[in-house]
Amino acid sequence: MSPRAAWRLETLGFTEVYDYVAGKADWFAAGLPREGRLTSIPRTGDIARRDDVTCRHTERITDVIKKVREAGKDTCIVTTDGWIVLGRVRIDRLDADVQGQVGDVMELGPTTTRADTMIDSVLERLNSRNVDNILVATSDGRLVGTLYRSDAEARLNDGPAEDSGQPLDDESCCCCKD
Amino acid sequence: MPTSIVREEVQRLITGEAGQLVEVLPSEEYQDEHIEGAINIPLKRLDRETTSHLDKTRPLIVY
Repeated sequence: MSPRAAWRLETLGFTEVYDYVAGKADWFAAGLPREGRLTSIPRTGDIARRDDVTCRHTERITDVIKKVREAGKDTCIVTTDGWIVLGRVRIDRLDADVQGQVGDVMELGPTTTRADTMIDSVLERLNSRNVDNILVATSDGRLVGTLYRSDAEARLNDGPAEDSGQPLDDESCCCCKD
Repeated sequence: MPTSIVREEVQRLITGEAGQLVEVLPSEEYQDEHIEGAINIPLKRLDRETTSHLDKTRPLIVY
């Protein structure tokens, strides 16, 4: 529809017309501001924490371990320079004497959910799989943040978000691949 | 000829060049949810009169 509108506007005398083909679905999926009568329905992008430690696949593992520990985390999300999610490194799962680059040890393709997904449906998914968090990404795979189950539950109950900043154990941490 | 753009360019045009956002979907869809700051002119009503309040000297982004 928007290409037709863009052409129409040019015929009406507008000289600088742009067509945002991906439209509002893409905008919402990136967790960007929206308005309207449905905006009160919480989406994953609204409450995802944006404090993930990120790294590139070419970084040295020893450097990344240091970076993750300094941030008080246990995981590094591996992305491209353009924030596209490639994988994940959980430092508590690495051998003590591990060497090399992140790309050698990262878990490929962690599960993500889109930022415009309604929280209740994601919560159901987390509960059914018994995982505590899930990565939130845009429709083109760029990292937005991490959604924690405790935050989702708190939001749906209209209560304050609990801090779930404790390191994730093997059973509770999100898993790979759908 | 209209130029197709991606999200980052939309953001840049809005913040840096006072771009105007127009949603051309039916008003019901607009009322449900739209990009912050967008106005609604459904495609079928896109004419000289309904666009008269838009500024022709600023970028116009449609979706």
